[in-house]
Amino acid sequence: MTVFLIIVVIALLGITFWQMSKILKLSKSSSSDDSQVATDKDNKNQAYIMLGFVIFFYVFMFYNFWNYSKFYLPEAASAHGSEYDTLMFISIGLIMVVQVITQFLLHYFAYKYKGEKGKKALFFADNDKLEFIWTIIPVIVLAGLIIYGLFTWSDIMNVDEDEDVMVVEIYAYQFGWKARYSGQDNTLGKANVRFIEGVNTLGIDKSDSYAKDDKIASELHLPVDKTVLFKFRSQDVLHSAYFPFFRAQMNVVPGMITQFSFTPTITSKDMKNSEYMVDKVREINEIRKDKSKELMAKGDLALDPYEFEYYLLCNKICGVSHYNMQMKIVVEEEEDFNKWITEQESFGETMAKQEENK
Amino acid sequence: MSAIANATVAEGHHGHDDHGHHHKETFITKYIFSQDHKMIAKQFLITGLIMGTIGILMSILFRIQIAWPEESFKVFEFFLGEKYATDGVMNPDAYLALVTIHGTIMVFFVLTAGLSGTFSNLLIPLQIGARDMASGFLNMVSYWLFFISSVIMLSSLFVESGPASAGWTIYPPLSALPEAIPGSGTGMTLWLVSMAIFIAQSLIGSLNYIVTVLNLRTNGMSMTRLPLTIWALFVTAIIGVVSFPVLLSAALMLIMDRSFGTSFFLSDIYIKGEVLAHQGGSPVLFEHLFWFLGHPEVYIVILPALGITSEIIATNSRKPIFGYRAMVASILAIAFLSTIVWGHHMFVSGMNPFLGSVFTFTTLLIAIPSAVKAFNYITTLWKGNLQMNPGMLFSIGLVSTFITGGLTGIILGDSTLDINVHDTYFVIAHFHLVMGISALYGLFAGVYHWFPKMFGRMMNKNLGYIHFWVTAIGAYGVFFPMHFIGMAGLPRRYYTNTNFPYFDDLADTNVLITVFAIITACVQLVFIYNFISSIFYGKKATQNPWSSNTLEWTTPVEHIHGNWPGEIPSVYRWSYDYSKLNEDETDYVIPGQDFVPQNVPLQKNEEELNH
Repeated sequence: MTVFLIIVVIALLGITFWQMSKILKLSKSSSSDDSQVATDKDNKNQAYIMLGFVIFFYVFMFYNFWNYSKFYLPEAASAHGSEYDTLMFISIGLIMVVQVITQFLLHYFAYKYKGEKGKKALFFADNDKLEFIWTIIPVIVLAGLIIYGLFTWSDIMNVDEDEDVMVVEIYAYQFGWKARYSGQDNTLGKANVRFIEGVNTLGIDKSDSYAKDDKIASELHLPVDKTVLFKFRSQDVLHSAYFPFFRAQMNVVPGMITQFSFTPTITSKDMKNSEYMVDKVREINEIRKDKSKELMAKGDLALDPYEFEYYLLCNKICGVSHYNMQMKIVVEEEEDFNKWITEQESFGETMAKQEENK
Repeated sequence: MSAIANATVAEGHHGHDDHGHHHKETFITKYIFSQDHKMIAKQFLITGLIMGTIGILMSILFRIQIAWPEESFKVFEFFLGEKYATDGVMNPDAYLALVTIHGTIMVFFVLTAGLSGTFSNLLIPLQIGARDMASGFLNMVSYWLFFISSVIMLSSLFVESGPASAGWTIYPPLSALPEAIPGSGTGMTLWLVSMAIFIAQSLIGSLNYIVTVLNLRTNGMSMTRLPLTIWALFVTAIIGVVSFPVLLSAALMLIMDRSFGTSFFLSDIYIKGEVLAHQGGSPVLFEHLFWFLGHPEVYIVILPALGITSEIIATNSRKPIFGYRAMVASILAIAFLSTIVWGHHMFVSGMNPFLGSVFTFTTLLIAIPSAVKAFNYITTLWKGNLQMNPGMLFSIGLVSTFITGGLTGIILGDSTLDINVHDTYFVIAHFHLVMGISALYGLFAGVYHWFPKMFGRMMNKNLGYIHFWVTAIGAYGVFFPMHFIGMAGLPRRYYTNTNFPYFDDLADTNVLITVFAIITACVQLVFIYNFISSIFYGKKATQNPWSSNTLEWTTPVEHIHGNWPGEIPSVYRWSYDYSKLNEDETDYVIPGQDFVPQNVPLQKNEEELNH
């Protein structure tokens, strides 16, 4: 596939240069009485190309929507996510209507009113009514969008601390993530990078009694339908915790704690078995199979088949391995989650073990 | 050219002391340390084009890496060397350095200095009827500071630890700590020094432009008679003066943090096994300072392009620009709003969500003047007599990409929707269309249109057509599919996407984008060929090749110091009296000529408009 594409590129480049050299020849021979200002003939030709271009553009837009809409993420796996998706679809619908109309007018006028000798243009300098119309229409539409958007925004961002939420810390470092669960007391122990020492890689304050039952994990497990309040902390540079499947993102800033809260609604298992994901994974595995054949022909190892898991990724440039800073997320039924969490070692136990070993 | 227009110019007598007889000019005073605004404009343009070539070449290199990750290419070995492309495979350091310097060069060196530097210098004195800028000397200093900052930026490519590679937004702590990324060593220092000089250049230039527009307008050139190019360039200069100093302060504070142990932006950092002493600073502060310039900056980039477009569309439609006052009002509204929307880059930065609401509100407001401008352009085309010169095509192309790119701004400006597309390829597609491609189209339109004024020769139109159409298709080919990749949640600045098998099915689309990018980049060679060969061998230009109304076309084709040989022409009307009919509507105001230059007095049979 890749080789084929390279050949296509080279062929296209060849054609480009060939065409260019032809044009150069043409442009040189005809320069005898050419003022280099567009003539009626140029106006006509360019107007027709303009028409051709707008047709190309519409076909291309259609092709993109037809072929690439499937790239859009699956159904949101969080409670607020469906609101997000609705707002997104309304906005895209709206801007595509404006796009289709204005691009048509622009290019069609450019075609229709092509210049001809002797034709008189209309001296039309001002019209307050028109200006008013196209000021007020965007105002109304945008007012609607702004109000709708802001309601959704405050819904998503305002966390009711009294509600029954589970507090989880997401800890970022070059180049990985850790999750810290707050334990029975649902309160995270104090922490600062200055406490980092030995096994205490997250810099948790040993003397803080809230810290004893904190649990640190390299995978993020979440119970389904339970609101989680994430507290983000970074050890070194800016990172951004991006949960695309949950329509959630928050920067992770060294020196301060940021937060975001959402409620996962679809378990990993359900997502894997969803129609969208089954199709997607099948397609990806076909691509990987083809690629593996290529790799093995070169004597490299084949790629593993892909199985879908939710992930958290870093979305703020953070250094050389920024492109591979991820953490697996597992959304599961509450009992499965409880089972998993009890198996994890608490911070108090980790520290006690270390004392013994001394 | 109308007889009347010529008469007004020729009437002048040689009463001018400074400009009547010239000092003998040496090569150095004429071409290098020139104080003539026309020569300085050419210097800005050529430097900008050279920087642009480098910036675009970089984008092609990293696009190849995105399309065919970690494969070996001779071209990498050639440009990056063995250290950054071992066995021809680009390494992640090189990738991040390329995206960083590509962004920096394109935004600042090409689209700020190359675009507004060129056309402010060329057009402000010529279109307002001035002999030169208010201070020719400062103008010269401004160019040479730009040159020095370009040289420093390019020299940073050759330092041992590599150039700055923390992204063009250089957020600390990544940009502050060499331990975090190698590019934050000497490379970053050079980046900051270069930018500090660049900002000085921009401020000196902008102050000069503002003073010139305010004080040196010729007789009769009231503010409401200014061509929209001048309005745009004037307001751009004001935005620059308001916002660039803030970036300078951010850069200085970052230099302090890096070298003198202060903690403006750093706090609680543990890196490479050590806790740093810095305490109490906040990277979010840097983000505020950066985007207080960074957002107005995109209007510094796009407003001159829109001004150029206004002028070219009106001239080539043979119609007045529709809604002149509304256009001026939108420029002013955009300028004002541009300084209070920076927070939309920071919706998920951890700032107070309430601030996010405020910035959503102001950001979506800015869509209103932008929409008015787009509609006015379309109406200007309506019932026109369109002359399809290359400059006109690029102007129409600009309106098209400005709409396409602007519309997705409605999604990104909405704090809610930004959550999931923030920092993905959706953003890349949006801003490349709305400010990158649009501003480049503005630059090209301006070059094709004012080339006769700059070099006294015409550019080849057929090559111009090829250049435009391939670029137009290529630009949409690159950036339209990119929206969908962003919608899939693919983050920007990833060296390779292969660590996320979920993105495997995007690979073909990335290849498609890269192929379009390579074709588009190659066709720019046609432009460069056309540009260079036309300087020397182009067809000699007539005085007013596009039959335009503005004053620059009343100057002689051959440049002279002081612009007009005799007295400066007086102005009696606005610059958009195209196809204006006399009162009986039997013929144009000047019979047989569909334009009335600004220096033509009001005719007997002409209705007076309020301009």
